[in-house]
Amino acid sequence: MVVLVSMTPEFLLADEGKRLYPEDFNAYLVIGENGRVTVFSGKIEMGQGALTSQAQMVAEELGVQLASIDMVLGDTDRCPWDMGTFGSLTTRMFGPALRAASAQARLVLMTLAGERLGVPLERLVVRDGLVSVAGEPNRSVSYAELSRGARITRVVDRKAVLRAAADFNVMGTSPQRLDALEKVTGTARYAADIRLPGMLYARVLRPPMHGAARLTLDTSAAEGLAGVTVVARDDLVAVLHADPESAAKALELVRATWRQSAATPDPDTIFDHLIAKAAGFTEVAASGDTVVAQASAVQSFETTFQKGYVAHAALETHAALADFRDGRMTVWASTQTPFPARAGIATALGLSEANVRVITPLLGGGFGGKSAFGQAVEAARLAQIVRVPVQVAWTRAEEFFNDTFDPAAIVKITSGVDRAGKVLAWDYRVYAAGSRGTTLSYAIPNIRIRSAGKNSDAPGATTTDLHPFAVGPWRGPGANMNVFAAESQIDIMAAALKVDPLEFRIRNLTDARMIRVLKAAARVFGWPTVAKGGGRGYGLACCIDAGTYVATMAEVKVDAATGRIAVVRIVCAQDMGIVVNPEGARMQIEGGLMMGLGYALSEELQFRGGEILDRNFDSYELPRFSAAPRIEAMLVPNNELAPQGGGEPAIITTGAVLANAVFDAAGVRLLRLPMLPDRVLKAIAAKGSAPTGAHSADPTHQVRADASRAARIPSA
Amino acid sequence: MKASIKFQLNGKPAALDTEDDRMLLWVLRTDLGLTGTKYGCGEGICGACTVTVGGKAVRSCRTPIRNVAGKEVVTIEGLARGDTLHPLQQAFAEHGAFQCGFCTSGMLMSASAFLRESPRPSREAVVSHMDHNLCRCGAHQRIVDAIESVAIQHGTSP
Ligand code: FES
Ligand code: FES
Repeated sequence: MVVLVSMTPEFLLADEGKRLYPEDFNAYLVIGENGRVTVFSGKIEMGQGALTSQAQMVAEELGVQLASIDMVLGDTDRCPWDMGTFGSLTTRMFGPALRAASAQARLVLMTLAGERLGVPLERLVVRDGLVSVAGEPNRSVSYAELSRGARITRVVDRKAVLRAAADFNVMGTSPQRLDALEKVTGTARYAADIRLPGMLYARVLRPPMHGAARLTLDTSAAEGLAGVTVVARDDLVAVLHADPESAAKALELVRATWRQSAATPDPDTIFDHLIAKAAGFTEVAASGDTVVAQASAVQSFETTFQKGYVAHAALETHAALADFRDGRMTVWASTQTPFPARAGIATALGLSEANVRVITPLLGGGFGGKSAFGQAVEAARLAQIVRVPVQVAWTRAEEFFNDTFDPAAIVKITSGVDRAGKVLAWDYRVYAAGSRGTTLSYAIPNIRIRSAGKNSDAPGATTTDLHPFAVGPWRGPGANMNVFAAESQIDIMAAALKVDPLEFRIRNLTDARMIRVLKAAARVFGWPTVAKGGGRGYGLACCIDAGTYVATMAEVKVDAATGRIAVVRIVCAQDMGIVVNPEGARMQIEGGLMMGLGYALSEELQFRGGEILDRNFDSYELPRFSAAPRIEAMLVPNNELAPQGGGEPAIITTGAVLANAVFDAAGVRLLRLPMLPDRVLKAIAAKGSAPTGAHSADPTHQVRADASRAARIPSA
Repeated sequence: MKASIKFQLNGKPAALDTEDDRMLLWVLRTDLGLTGTKYGCGEGICGACTVTVGGKAVRSCRTPIRNVAGKEVVTIEGLARGDTLHPLQQAFAEHGAFQCGFCTSGMLMSASAFLRESPRPSREAVVSHMDHNLCRCGAHQRIVDAIESVAIQHGTSP
């Protein structure tokens, strides 16, 4: 049986009124005559647990066992259209559509069962795919029986009601992940694991730097190798072989000369470059009058924050296998955006979208980096040319070169407090990161928030000419930088006023939900903590992202001799509404915090103009086991609210929580991420030589106080 | 140099006529169809390609095929005994010690070799042994918990 469910308009529209889920010819779910339920979804599995959580939503609303569900994800021929898997949208945005479709299917099946059993709908109950008359378990009919024979074309003239959290059997539980067995036995298939008879492995010639133009090309030596096929187009030069190592050897024989690009920024000069080149500001938010308010502030704070480029560095590099047959292109691709990839491939190949199929196997990590699908286009173009199946699997060096990095960014904040110790004015300017994460949790009467150097926060916007190479969405795009800056600034003010940072935040909050989350974290963490010394310190940060409230507290140890920061413990409390899978949610929190240690402490792309100097994990340092703190992820119950996003909120707090803890530990304020040991040492040295009270290193940090008024600020 | 190379692979004999300087990773993935062993960096840094040779964890991306001649190679596909999962596989599944799963084969092979040598390691020893296996998804805490849980089973078994 095929259940085709028309969605009501509210599910078809995103917040901005953009079309999110069209009515689609593809079905959301099919119930087989054997009772198995196949679910079709455009949301792919990249480690975040969407395979399991989506199945749980269907099992709950349809009234079947989780074990009876088969998931088909990211197959453009079979799944309903979807814009892509990013932005913590799966549960928050697609979840309601999937749940509604399942609930509607249940209503259809119950209606049929009622006719079959001769009882009104109200008297029926469903359990594990079996519809029975309440109190008369012998009078029953299974979904499998109902689905036998005729295809259901009936439209039910009433809208199914979603199940209430109090009645959940499957949602709200943490079954073993559906991909567990295949992942621990090595049978899980990723894009580079797909094999087709006669397939060739391609290696693509890359320029030495972004912006370089090819002057000459000589492929004769490569052509001399047995079994090598060379493809040379203006913009695509590749060598192909039945063995990937032979393809790699052939590529080494390709000779090309290049005109160098003129780009010059490096990791230190990029900030001036961005500020100079970023076009005018877009006003993100404004209320009150920051200029007037600032003038009446008893103390003002002006700070500049910076962060370098960060790589996605998923452990699986971009890979695709393309097969062109009978005029139709099929591409297995590691992509977060199968439907946009289908469109991109169709355009590149001059085919209609109907003649392109993208199939998405499991992804070995995405984090936004696999929203870009260059490898799928390369494989498809090569397969169209050579007419045999072609695999393109980027090497780690290619992955670093072709990545769409999290952009370097700058934030400048000027803020002021009144004599009650409340934040009065907040003037915020962000360059290159975009505006996500700039919305304040705090009740500040006079605010002005402006953003420059990023035309669009739309997912999928991958490049701006501001940068010497491509940038794009990176887990919590923009918000990592913005929350680092804003939550550091809050701490700077609290410290200047000698108020406990938790107390200072609560004083400036009116949002009860945030206060509740902060207090929940504080309870578990044991805030305020007193036992200090030995370079230990404690920090906190909070934010709202993807509808989720998160508060994070951390303990760090700063080694004043080496500048190394050891993160001892992190507690993270999160209110994400109804939780579909609590263990899955905790795994996302833990994973996000671990990943966040990277951009906070060790990850900063090295480059010279358009040349990417990091080529592997020897120079680019990911967080390791030895860097892992004890992480306690806690979910603050909130069943009043529909499920919210969970893939990104926790990581967004990492920069600020660690910077704030480092300040507490060592008395130095790190204003640039990552907080590399030499930057910590420099800050410590600067503190030692600076007059009392000033405690900041690069980039800039000023506190201006009117002593007569500041003296009257009450302390907590 | 073309050579005829024989070894034990997951308990069964394997024989190949091939260039003897090819890396085990690509022979496994291409010639032998065992794709559970992953490419992550190709330079011995990430550990995604870890297999065991003679019971010791090695990086197959840096192991020429001639080095395994006459030896016993175990890949992730050979870690379970038939349908019975290795205790580490069971523990990884139970602890949710993976997200994307791309590092998982290497983690399991590295941990299995380690526990064979050192059945009751301290948590610190687990951390330091696993430190050169990278996980981008941040499953570290659960991976250590999973390995520790198996080590503890070792400790309590007679
Ligand atoms: S692929 Fe062998 S260590 Fe990374
Ligand atoms: S689970 Fe994804 S890299 Fe470890």
